[in-house]
Amino acid sequence: MVDISLTAEAAPPLPKRASVLRRFMRHKLAVLGVVIIVLMIIGSAGAAWIAPFAPDEIDIANRYAAPFTAGHILGSDDLGRDVFTRLLYAGQISLSVGIAAMLVTVIVGFAVGAFAAYYGGWVDTVLMRFTDVMLCFPSVFLLLFVAAFVTPSLTSIALMIGLTCWMEIARIIHGQILVIKSTDYIAAARMVGAPAWRIILRQILPNTLAPILVAATLNTAQAILLESYISYLGYGIQPPEASWGNMLTNAQSDFQIDPWLAIFPGLAITLAVTSFNFIGDGLRDALDPKVRD
Amino acid sequence: MANASDNTLLAVNNLTVSFGPSRAVDGISFSVASGETLGLVGESGCGKSTTALALMGLLQGGSTGGSAKLLGTELVGRSEEDLSRDRGLKLGMIFQDPGTALHPMIRVGDQLIEALRAHLKLGKAEARKRAVDLFRKVGIAAPEDRLRAYPHEMSGGMCQRVMIAMAIACNPKLLLADEPTTALDVTVQAQILSLLKDVAREGGMGVILITHDLGVVAGMTDRVAVMYAGEIVETAPTEQLFANPQHPYTQGLLNSIPQLETGHDAPMPVIPGSVQSAAQAKGCRFAPRCPFAEKGCEVRPTLKPVASDHFVACWRVQ
Amino acid sequence: MTPLVEAQGVSRHYPAPGGRTLKALDGVDLVIEKGATVGLVGESGSGKSTLGRTLVGLQTPTLGRVIFDGVDTASPTAEQLKMLRRQRQIVFQDPSGALNPRMTVGDTIIEHLRVQGWSRADARSQAAAAFDQCGLHSGLFTRYPHEISGGQRQRAVIARAISTDPAFIVADEPVSALDVSTRAQIMNLLRDIQKARGLTMLFISHDLSVVAHMCRQVAVMYLGRIVEMAPREALFRAPLHPYTAALMSAIPIPDPVREKTRSRAALKGETPDPANIPAGCRFSSRCPRASDLCKRQEPVLTSRETGHEVACHYPLEAAAIPA
Repeated sequence: MVDISLTAEAAPPLPKRASVLRRFMRHKLAVLGVVIIVLMIIGSAGAAWIAPFAPDEIDIANRYAAPFTAGHILGSDDLGRDVFTRLLYAGQISLSVGIAAMLVTVIVGFAVGAFAAYYGGWVDTVLMRFTDVMLCFPSVFLLLFVAAFVTPSLTSIALMIGLTCWMEIARIIHGQILVIKSTDYIAAARMVGAPAWRIILRQILPNTLAPILVAATLNTAQAILLESYISYLGYGIQPPEASWGNMLTNAQSDFQIDPWLAIFPGLAITLAVTSFNFIGDGLRDALDPKVRD
Repeated sequence: MANASDNTLLAVNNLTVSFGPSRAVDGISFSVASGETLGLVGESGCGKSTTALALMGLLQGGSTGGSAKLLGTELVGRSEEDLSRDRGLKLGMIFQDPGTALHPMIRVGDQLIEALRAHLKLGKAEARKRAVDLFRKVGIAAPEDRLRAYPHEMSGGMCQRVMIAMAIACNPKLLLADEPTTALDVTVQAQILSLLKDVAREGGMGVILITHDLGVVAGMTDRVAVMYAGEIVETAPTEQLFANPQHPYTQGLLNSIPQLETGHDAPMPVIPGSVQSAAQAKGCRFAPRCPFAEKGCEVRPTLKPVASDHFVACWRVQ
Repeated sequence: MTPLVEAQGVSRHYPAPGGRTLKALDGVDLVIEKGATVGLVGESGSGKSTLGRTLVGLQTPTLGRVIFDGVDTASPTAEQLKMLRRQRQIVFQDPSGALNPRMTVGDTIIEHLRVQGWSRADARSQAAAAFDQCGLHSGLFTRYPHEISGGQRQRAVIARAISTDPAFIVADEPVSALDVSTRAQIMNLLRDIQKARGLTMLFISHDLSVVAHMCRQVAVMYLGRIVEMAPREALFRAPLHPYTAALMSAIPIPDPVREKTRSRAALKGETPDPANIPAGCRFSSRCPRASDLCKRQEPVLTSRETGHEVACHYPLEAAAIPA
């Protein structure tokens, strides 16, 4: 039997929940970034249907063709292969390596940061000092060092990049969870016997989604860039398979003959990286609870 | 409602503060005479803190309307430059959380000395001497040593004493204290309130005391204004308000305070609902929670006198 | 009378800078009978929150032990541990921090139950029942904490605490963060629930008048120790410890006539740093009646026939102190 004075409190009006999306849409550059990435993904995924040529179709007679000549919209390279076609197929590689690497980064980074922060004590010290040590190495250097010993393939490259870039996320998550750990609702969960993994996944993870999402997008940008570096240097994706990075390898020496061979892949990389960065910025502002509407 | 006797320090007339479409403060009027302590009482969301910030010119965002005359000079709509000159000289402020109101990286003595030199144009040595005297006056032991302390090295009560010292440093005519003891232990609260009383009496100052604690109001104030959802719903001399509250909200509030002596085993009388239902109310804002609400309450009531110096905004008593 | 919760010489020490020890709790002995409502009063540094959290298992004592229903909480068997987790619950002070902002209120309670082994269906119905008993519309089940009012959040916290059907609840300043008008609602709720379920309750507050309404027995803490404990009426009518008297006289009474004319037992200074507790009676630095003995020797909590316990060399009813 409940006293009417207890239930007389009406439910307050439900505030708008979709505000995160609305706030994101206000970021014009972020929206542009989404559009560009979506177009790139569609383009690369549909390469088989969109591309006018086959990616390894050699046509020596028409090598170094300028854009809009001989049926090559963006020109052709030193072996007469269509640049536009190769860009699309390379997009498949570069984008998927970027996203796969990001996934590895996020999972490893979260795991390290979360367990270090939650358990504290020597676990924390060991894990976070290890993170600090890893951070001392410039990622490109580390990557090249590892790449020299590993046979390059899509999977191995994604893994390598992932395993050399997780440290920032680990740090961010670690800081976040140190704060969350001291809240009363976590205390309530511990008190009632919830195991650590359950608390981390069920209670803590949803509260760290915002920084994870932002870090993930920024990380994708970084991963794409790193793949381009190592492929350009010859340690990444091996020809004849195309990636935006290795399309640049010979473009450098051929620059006098045909500058377009450097410009288009470079543009593709720049566009992809910048778009992901804008998306990350937009997400950060949209998800920040302190920013007023 | 604002009396214009020449004793009046502050005359507030129809003050409004809006944040976009919503009005945090919706046309309030009151006055404070010199030597008088006015209590501004209400719960969270009633607008009392917003009123304080508006009077001090410290409101961030939001637009202020109406009038608030401090010693004849209008406060509303003045430039930050003008206001900062008067702050300290005419109006002294004491904030709720001394830990955050004092600069954490500057020694407390230096903060006080800086204020003294800025407002009273004193020399360094003279200001330092004045600071020591002020510290002693507010009951800080070993004042010369304490000048060199940082806020985090001092307890809450000490920090609040420093705040009071800073507030009265330039002998202002009016003190504005916004929940000055809410963050303190109850035994320290008693000390600080007693200090505030002494300091105000000595300086012949008027005081506006903003609080949610009716017990504090009972002991410190001469007059009380009760706020609800941005409006003043009742105002009266303190003894009268407690002895004969007229507005249903005031009555409910006084009834729901637990006291040491009375009715231990009976359930406490309750004001049902919460203040969130006030925003939608068209007429009287308290009507959704009022046990006496009737048809006439769909029109917003205004403050009308029910006895000499006792005003209530409620159709029932008019 | 069977004791449900017993604290025996419980201390909780933390290392403090400069090689010192911060003694949040310094040798607390407390017995709470089954079905009793005990109030724990004190100001900052008193250790009341720490004691509450230790009794409920959120913290372990550095010294001494806590016995719950005959079980030593320091070394329970797996079965006993399960029981301890179910039977002891806590209501926190700040309803905003006590609920996961990213979980709906209903899910919070369901999760609380599922961790203990309840099936999804059972947990759901139990959570709904707890909701109901705490005066919350079932419609609020799917709302997030920031979508409901402060009072409703606190009801949800209480619902979570009673959902496991506990025997003992520690309420740690459950109404301090609420508005005056909401306070009365929540106090009534806690009281009704305690009566309906025959709960044993420890009610922690800095506000004596709130405690007066909720508890039959009151214990006063100062700097990590209980300095006085008595049935409610006895404590308020005739406090024996000078600190209790000072505390009572410092509480503002909402009655202007009395408030302006009453005489106050004013205390000088402030509570000492818990890392630097003075020798002898820990209250001696502020006590208006402190003598040499007080500064040398710490008084022990002794009980009288009336059940009134006090730790003071010169309790208030004593005649003039020898010079």
